[in-house]
Amino acid sequence: MTKLAEWLFGISVVGALWGVVTFDLLGLRLPAAWQEVAWPMPVYLLVAFGCYSLATVGYRVATFNDCEEAARELQEQIQEARVDLRRKGLRF
Amino acid sequence: RFCTSNMASRRSSEKSRTGTDKYSVLLPTYNERENLPLIVWLLVKYFGESECNYEIIIIDDGSPDGTLEMADQLQKIYGSDKILLRPRAKKLGLGTAYIHGIQHATGNYIIIMDADLSHHPKFIPEFIRKQKEGNYDLVSGTRYKGDGGVYGWDLRRKLISRGANFVTQVLLRPGASDLTGSFRLYKKEVLERLVEKCVSKGYVFQMEMIVRARQLGYTIGEVPISFVDRVYGESKLGGNEIVSFLKGLLTLFATT
Repeated sequence: MTKLAEWLFGISVVGALWGVVTFDLLGLRLPAAWQEVAWPMPVYLLVAFGCYSLATVGYRVATFNDCEEAARELQEQIQEARVDLRRKGLRF
Repeated sequence: RFCTSNMASRRSSEKSRTGTDKYSVLLPTYNERENLPLIVWLLVKYFGESECNYEIIIIDDGSPDGTLEMADQLQKIYGSDKILLRPRAKKLGLGTAYIHGIQHATGNYIIIMDADLSHHPKFIPEFIRKQKEGNYDLVSGTRYKGDGGVYGWDLRRKLISRGANFVTQVLLRPGASDLTGSFRLYKKEVLERLVEKCVSKGYVFQMEMIVRARQLGYTIGEVPISFVDRVYGESKLGGNEIVSFLKGLLTLFATT
């Protein structure tokens, strides 16, 4: 199953459940409170997911390591390499 | 050190396969005259310290700046058993460069990395240790975990990178944190199989490799790396890259 198919399958299952509860498709005579909660649920979920996404990406951008030390080490090693390679007879 | 101990255990007549492990580094180059001697020097330094068996395969795609001439000099310095030149006449893309390199590789493990010094050879011993630790089919460097990170990226670049990574994680759930990085160690036969299956180009190629690896049930180990953006030469991330990334992502979403 491709990722696309997995997503479609997942969305269909959730969508079907939502339809059953909201519109009482199977005639289950569910409590009215259930319907009231279920009806706006897709929007709530979308908003919640959006918030989670923004928070996660924001946090990860803010905590993205700046490797200053690695850059400095590399610069030093470049100088060292140049000297050593020249000694070994390399023409740059 | 870990390669030495393997040699020792081999000497003590415990016939282990790991004692004969050899690592082939594939370095596809295009106009890397400045960087090539430096990356080779670093590779020799760190492989020398770890006492692992290795070779460096330079695949130059007809660079006009004399990269090949530089490679030639390096071969004379370090020897033709350590530095192998397998140039091609013109620029033919990364996937075919790997195929070309694999054909000439004598190691049972292959390391692929960029020759522009953004990938530091000091991490290779860690890759090797990690691979042995879990007998992983591939070990991927990651900028997004632990002590991993980047140098030389502004806020916009970081935001795009993290955003793209998040979307990809949500859509593909690939079981690896850095999909577009190209600093990895593969078992040779695993890389062969993957390269055969992958069709994308550029950033997406690296992503496809790891997504298909997971799809084929290969195990993936990760090592945090610091990515120091190109010291010499230009690094770019324009609208075109973003569009082709999204196209590639959707293709993988629909086909894997």
